[in-house]
Amino acid sequence: MTGKDDSPVAELRGATKRFGAIVAARDLNLSIRQGEFLSFLGPSGCGKTTALRMLAGFETPTEGDIFLDGQRVNDMPAHRRPVNMVFQHYALFPHLTVAENIGYGLRQQRPRLAASEIEAAVTRALDTVRLPGFGARRIWEMSGGQQQRVALARAIINEPKLLLLDEPMAALDKKLRHDMQIELQTLQRTLGITFVLVTHDQEEALSMSDRICIMRDGEIVQMGSPRDLYDRPRNRYVADFVGKSNFFPGRVESIDGGTARLVAEGGVTFTGVAGEGIKTADKAIASLRPEQIGLTRGAGGVPVTVINRIFLGEHTEYLVRHPDLGQFLILASRQAEAGEGNFEPGETGNAHWRDGAALILGND
Amino acid sequence: MTPRLRTTLLLAPAAIWLLAMLVLPLVVVLVFSFGERAAAGGYSAAVTLENFANLGARWTAFQNTLVLAPVGTALCLLIAYPLAYYLAVRCDPKWRTLLLILVIVPFWTSILIRSYAWIYLLGGQGIPKLVSLLGLGSPRLINTPFAVLTGIVYGYLPLMVFPIFVSLERLDKRLLEASADLGSPPWRSFLQVTLPLSMPGVATGCMLVFILLMGEFLIPAILGGGKVFFVGNALVDLFLQSRNWPFGAAVAVALVLIMLVTVTLYMRFTRRWAGGRDDVSLM
Repeated sequence: MTGKDDSPVAELRGATKRFGAIVAARDLNLSIRQGEFLSFLGPSGCGKTTALRMLAGFETPTEGDIFLDGQRVNDMPAHRRPVNMVFQHYALFPHLTVAENIGYGLRQQRPRLAASEIEAAVTRALDTVRLPGFGARRIWEMSGGQQQRVALARAIINEPKLLLLDEPMAALDKKLRHDMQIELQTLQRTLGITFVLVTHDQEEALSMSDRICIMRDGEIVQMGSPRDLYDRPRNRYVADFVGKSNFFPGRVESIDGGTARLVAEGGVTFTGVAGEGIKTADKAIASLRPEQIGLTRGAGGVPVTVINRIFLGEHTEYLVRHPDLGQFLILASRQAEAGEGNFEPGETGNAHWRDGAALILGND
Repeated sequence: MTPRLRTTLLLAPAAIWLLAMLVLPLVVVLVFSFGERAAAGGYSAAVTLENFANLGARWTAFQNTLVLAPVGTALCLLIAYPLAYYLAVRCDPKWRTLLLILVIVPFWTSILIRSYAWIYLLGGQGIPKLVSLLGLGSPRLINTPFAVLTGIVYGYLPLMVFPIFVSLERLDKRLLEASADLGSPPWRSFLQVTLPLSMPGVATGCMLVFILLMGEFLIPAILGGGKVFFVGNALVDLFLQSRNWPFGAAVAVALVLIMLVTVTLYMRFTRRWAGGRDDVSLM
């Protein structure tokens, strides 16, 4: 059931949540498609967790509505919603065994399910999260990674319409996190359950999601596929949050058919797609990804001095300085280096980029 | 100084204290319990089981203790749990400290004075008079098991409230969210999550109150007026009035044995509740 039909499984319509004078989420409008993997991405305090908690039923929107399967659920308490959550620190029940934790959701169903039915479902869930035979263990006997799988099994056993994941990987080390990301993605495809992930880790969001919703100060800044956000960030905030980027402030000199020309410090010019609301003579920034800039000993481009070099395997990252533009990053592929060779810190070279490669964005 | 010597030195004061104040007196009591009453009272050396054979003469004291101590503990628990729950879960944190202090405030006055106060409240000029003025008959309260239980609940409530409060306060609120998320309505979450996870506090509170109640003397002496008396009162009577030390010692030994058996059984049961976890140990 990986097909994605058009009817949204959940919707936020103008959802706003205030805590006293603090606005945790402001006018969120969003519809979540059946079977997709959606991420809320943003720094802590951006409202992403509030959005998730409104979907789960732990918070009631102060204004606006929440819909699940076309039904308004503002007043539906959490225990009646067909939605389950993987909590940030798992929130596993310490007084129950692994199997009892996983079967908890099934035991709440009324009319009651047969014990044999629950047992069979728990065994299947343990297999799904690759923990066969761990049912009799106690929670504190499990490692962090295993606890995470238990939390996942517990949350999927009721086959929710939406599976909410609140920073589920935050407590895992890097290697384990990467394995879990792949596993989660595979699981999402096989189960066909709609996943909604909250994270502050852009790599996590980029690698797993079908769509990402970038948030700041309680508002949605931009929404789109990882590629959209990477290639066409709406403003500096998004460009900065999704992948690495260099920003060069300057003034817009001209706009011609959606392509803007920006003059930065020292008269260096950048051309590229003009972002929303960019007008001639505005202050703006040119955003250029490190991999869009080349470093050469040959002529052309702007002269730079190499300050630092970080070897990343397939790529090498150079931190360089230009007398007017200041410091910025260049990502050179091994292929490019084959031609140009390595640059040592202190060496000079020329940084160059393709005409039209930049994005001209508002500086917010 | 070797670590071993340092450990020995640090433990020495406590060890000496326990030896002199607990082990030695227990041995003395045990020896006395097999002796005879000297003609003028006190102890005369002998080896006889007569004192133990006579324990039945104090059966009422044992009966009162064995009924009123558990009942008193249960009453404390029934009243303390909702209070502790309110303090730990429901009440506005800014009032919590104040309310907790109010729970302790009675401790600032001697239990003796507070128990005396109850004499007047439960006596002829107190609550019974109020009841009779309302035309609801004239109940006799003082010197009844009711009076003793009232004193017990009043005196021991804080000892029950605090351990339960601590275990409820430590309870991770996200567990209740998880329970709701998995489809459990609030009252069932209470039964399935809150209650089992507060059991260590309940067990500690019950143990504290029960052990102290088994040896209780003051409250029955004041509010039981010689009609409702505990083993503690029988001991005072035997040692200080009849000066029958050997029989008193036998009663004391019997009380200690009863306590050992009940507490051991109790520990075994509560350990099972807690699922054998050591990190939430009982005492």
